[in-house]
Amino acid sequence: MKLPTLREVGTEAKLLLIGIPVFIWTMVPIYHMFLFAISPKEDAFSGKLWPDHPTLHNFHIVFYQEHYFLRDFWIQFWNSTVIALAAGALTLFIATAAAFSISRLRVPGGRWVMNLALFTYFIPAAFLAVPMYRTMGNYGLLNNHWSLILAMVTIASPYAIWVLKQASDKLPVELDEAAVMDGATTLQLFRLVYVPLMMPSLVAIGTYAVLLAWNEYLYAFLLLSKDTNLTLPVALGNFLAADDSPWELLMTTGFIYALPPAAIYYAFKRYMVGGLTAGAVKS
Amino acid sequence: MAITLSGSDTIPAPPLSSRLTTQQVWGILLLAPYLLVFLAFVVYPVCYGLYLARDPQNYVALYNDPIFARAAVNTLIFLVIGINVKMLIALFLSGFFAQQRPWIKWLSVIFILPWAVPSIPTILSVRFMLNPEWGMINHYIFALTGDDGPNWLNDPTVALTMAIGVHIWKSLPFWTLILLTGRLAIPHDLYEASEVDGANPWQKFRFITWPSMQTLYVTCTLLSMIWTLGDFNSVYLLTGGGPADLTHVLSTLGIRYLRLDQLSLAMASIVVAMPLVLPLVYFMMKRLSR
Repeated sequence: MKLPTLREVGTEAKLLLIGIPVFIWTMVPIYHMFLFAISPKEDAFSGKLWPDHPTLHNFHIVFYQEHYFLRDFWIQFWNSTVIALAAGALTLFIATAAAFSISRLRVPGGRWVMNLALFTYFIPAAFLAVPMYRTMGNYGLLNNHWSLILAMVTIASPYAIWVLKQASDKLPVELDEAAVMDGATTLQLFRLVYVPLMMPSLVAIGTYAVLLAWNEYLYAFLLLSKDTNLTLPVALGNFLAADDSPWELLMTTGFIYALPPAAIYYAFKRYMVGGLTAGAVKS
Repeated sequence: MAITLSGSDTIPAPPLSSRLTTQQVWGILLLAPYLLVFLAFVVYPVCYGLYLARDPQNYVALYNDPIFARAAVNTLIFLVIGINVKMLIALFLSGFFAQQRPWIKWLSVIFILPWAVPSIPTILSVRFMLNPEWGMINHYIFALTGDDGPNWLNDPTVALTMAIGVHIWKSLPFWTLILLTGRLAIPHDLYEASEVDGANPWQKFRFITWPSMQTLYVTCTLLSMIWTLGDFNSVYLLTGGGPADLTHVLSTLGIRYLRLDQLSLAMASIVVAMPLVLPLVYFMMKRLSR
């Protein structure tokens, strides 16, 4: 092994000089959350970087719902799960059908619908929230899980359709033609040719919609209000209502809430990076 | 709303006649679910909202509301500082992450965490860190200097700066990744050739990297502008718009009016943002529907 030259050592040092602050900047809020989650109450406020008596007791309190703020933890966890999965499934169905229709069947006016969808995608969701809240009221859906599911589908679909349309445009037309020659009906074409070929993009879009719905705070907090109807992020926000809110429990719950999306993100990373980031900005 | 802005070269739908093929019937049937969602949850709310905001009196009321003026200024500060700082750091870091080192590869996996985890728990974590009495940061300021640290979220300027910081923390990884993709697409021989010619790092950036990434950088900046305008969480969960409603931005102000049951004011505050939003949307659509 040859010794590194002075210049190489210098480059490495410069890179470390960037890398270390980046690492600290990234980890501080997350580590702070983790630290609270494993600290007993008296350690949590001592400002130590590692608790004297690390414990999993906070997790025990959360899992057994042994605190006023956590009395509905499991049902809220369940609500978040159901809403995320339902929004994911519905988005996937609606967007796949629309992308197939626009890209493969070349439905009249398809391009126009695509543009409308893109337009919706670019309107910030926080601006649509105000009229959406009132609309859900008019439909009588407030405080019903369907209101949040449908709102999430509305927000996730445009991007989903766009990504899926880009991906389907790349499939060769000859495939469809061959299938039709063999006597395939349109539905068979969809089920047996299109969906299997689109699998990677479908996984990416399904993940995208599930994560979007799981992470949503604003719409959830506007549309749902009964304690047993809430999703986890709204329940977390409600901790702040009290001055003496138990931080260590809030951070523990937040940590539990943040784990599934982080795990899903890393598990599907190769789909996400290929399928989504490339689509997000086309230069 | 100005949907016609989309600049689409629409194909006029042919009259529904018996000449529709089965394929076209299926096409319409499969497009129908999305159209229904679009009509029920985009068109209807937007029209209804515009109807609520129709009274010019709303805009007078808005104009006279000092909280609105403050929110408008805050939004501009948030956009100008937040986006430029974020994009410049992202541009710089994309160069850092383009270096081929095993440890940098690992760091990039960790670096994406803020983007991968939901924003609520992490923003609340920062909020606790900044707590003047029990927060980690003031604890260390006291331990190191013996003085009490500032009351971070009680000063509107500091609080807004912190909200911008949280916003950058959350979205920096995403933009770095996008710019990194752009950087890695630049052919390597360009750099090798310039090295032969004795170019220094700055010249390499100025004459190779930047010209290739310019368009991407501008697109990213504009897209980030739209998304930053809609960033509700960073401000609402960190400062709640306080102290004394001095740190609101347009996206939190609309929700504030909504909570105060002033729906038409809420809608009006969104309508006034449209002259800023619509050109951006138009530009982005041009870019993406090519």
